[in-house]
Amino acid sequence: MWELPRIDETKSYGHMLAEARAMRGTSLSRDAWTRLRRNRAAWISAMFLLCLSVLAVLTPLLPLDSPQRQYLGSGAANRQLLPPSWKGGRIEIDGPGGTIPLSVALRRYDELLRHSTVGAKVEVMHPFLRLWHDLRPVDYVLVRCRLRCFGDWCLPSWCGTDQLGRDVLSRLLWGTRVSLSVGAIAGCVSLVIGVFYGAIAGYFGGFVDAMMMRFVDVLSSIPFIFVVIFAITVLGKEEIRAELQRHGIERIAIFYLLIGAIYWLTMARVVRGQVISLRNEPFVEAARVLGAGHVRIILFHLLPNLISIVIVYLTLMIPSIILFEAFLSFLGLGVEPPNVSWGILANDGIQAITPLRSYWWLVFFPGLTLSMTLLALNFLGDGLRDALDPRLRQH
Amino acid sequence: MLRTLTWFVVQRVLWSCATLWLVFTATFFLMRLVPGGPFQLDRNVSPEIRRNLIARFRMDLPLPQQYWEHLFRTARGDLGPSFTIADYSVNEILGQGFVVSSALGVFALLGALGLGVPAGVLSAAYRGRSVDRWVMLLATLGIAVPNFVLASLCILVFVFVVPVFPAGGWGTWRQLVLPSACLAAPFAAYIARLTRTGMLEVLGQDYIRLARAKGLRSSAILVRHALRGAMLPVVSYLGPTTAGILTGSLVLEKVFALPGMGSHFVDAALQRDFTLAMGAVLVYTLLLSVMMLIVDISYVLLDPRVKIGE
Repeated sequence: MWELPRIDETKSYGHMLAEARAMRGTSLSRDAWTRLRRNRAAWISAMFLLCLSVLAVLTPLLPLDSPQRQYLGSGAANRQLLPPSWKGGRIEIDGPGGTIPLSVALRRYDELLRHSTVGAKVEVMHPFLRLWHDLRPVDYVLVRCRLRCFGDWCLPSWCGTDQLGRDVLSRLLWGTRVSLSVGAIAGCVSLVIGVFYGAIAGYFGGFVDAMMMRFVDVLSSIPFIFVVIFAITVLGKEEIRAELQRHGIERIAIFYLLIGAIYWLTMARVVRGQVISLRNEPFVEAARVLGAGHVRIILFHLLPNLISIVIVYLTLMIPSIILFEAFLSFLGLGVEPPNVSWGILANDGIQAITPLRSYWWLVFFPGLTLSMTLLALNFLGDGLRDALDPRLRQH
Repeated sequence: MLRTLTWFVVQRVLWSCATLWLVFTATFFLMRLVPGGPFQLDRNVSPEIRRNLIARFRMDLPLPQQYWEHLFRTARGDLGPSFTIADYSVNEILGQGFVVSSALGVFALLGALGLGVPAGVLSAAYRGRSVDRWVMLLATLGIAVPNFVLASLCILVFVFVVPVFPAGGWGTWRQLVLPSACLAAPFAAYIARLTRTGMLEVLGQDYIRLARAKGLRSSAILVRHALRGAMLPVVSYLGPTTAGILTGSLVLEKVFALPGMGSHFVDAALQRDFTLAMGAVLVYTLLLSVMMLIVDISYVLLDPRVKIGE
């Protein structure tokens, strides 16, 4: 005889509900996260990029030599083109009578400030400003912390020194800050332009879409790199630079904007395609029925659905932006000394190659950092694409 | 077919003209951004050049008229005198550089195809084996390593460690090997990946199974039957490749001291030689449009299913 499954009375419905609640399904994003975790190359790349970013942010805290102090003296004071070594050093600054450690210089400066009368102009430059160009307030605090923690001791020049005796390791890390921030800022600029342009074109469709996309087609057949170089040529003239500076616009800001403004085309195309496929979905219709305006639908209903594809294209766009910056700086048209970036370092390496001797460390370390970053970003982008949208997976 | 093809070409040429006009206008007005026009140069410009320029550009005219005259002159193919190199017109300078750059570009394009396609075929043929894995690893590296980093490593290795090639200059074929190899590497890597993907797709199809059932040797199947179908994505990638090779030659001409158009352009940009830089921008735009057109036409010819204008 067939029997009803006996329901254990002690196991009430409440209990069963709790059991069901404990068996939570995985959300889509959690699923993607697991897939990403399982992709070893992408995961290692993500960790590498995370470490690099942390190092870049905390560079002022690390016991490094100044990235711009030149050692051109004679004897031990001359540190031009030294190969990588393991001998630690001391961070120093040129004082009135020979070099003095940075902490001593700082103490003297503070004393000077204390003893000078209120309102009197202090003619002496802050020692930090002589060793680090362009320190932001946060960086200033970090350098102070570093002096507290490590004193004057600084890391050995593991990556050697360059033609002017500057420490390559320190320059590399300070350059990482510039290069990564160019990638991030210019990436955000083109992200914003591309997403909004593509979303508007795709959402409204019809004539608006046709015109907007025609414009994108025309723009994408322009070799922008050349136009950008031309623009930099014009903006680099002293008169224009002075004019811009009067309005508080720095050259590097324009540089970020220019780079960001040319990389949005692919993003716009991708976003438009996605929006077109979402435009007629029931949830958009529902929103419209409920009386949501165009802006609200685009911002709160369509954009959240674009996040995964946008993330994928952003990770694939950032390496090309970083490469573009390196490429312009390499040609001497990008970031300007005393700022450092990977492109400038690579160019320094090439300049140092002479028929007599090869200074491999000047070429190898910047090239390695740049290539590894680009490689990691590419791996991460591929991994994210596979994780977020398995249909796109290639063979 | 022929009529649609002609119409397609005419349409594309018109679009290219529109692009060129857009680029011209942008550069023209950028040039006028410099206070006092482009001729308020650094002090070191000799009065002759300045006089020549003012006469040539009719700087005394109102702006719209200047613009139109400049546009028509450029359309006739006269790019004007150089700002920094006395006695030379931009046309002459770019003409000399073009020979060098095009040699470099053609070698790089051939190298990218000649290296990338066989590597992709090999990788697809040995799918999942160690050959495949190594080729794909190399391809990933090739895509990630920027060409100037590769160039500096190549100089270190092939000039200093194993002295095979000269470090730079122009004149013999040996001097072209390193620059074109470095220029070609990233594109070869990309083409290898595309070929592999295309091959894997094609190899799963019925006509390949038929060819195998017929008893053809696998090499014949790969080369004669599969490769043709797998080449389409590669051909459509040739457009962006050309753009990349034009850009890449900027750097590599600098690194290897080749007197090409790219190095002239960079020098012009660094020395703020506006006419030369503008001329180079226009020539590059023209080159890119022409190459894109050629690629599109060859795409149509390769695959009869592709409809023109889509």
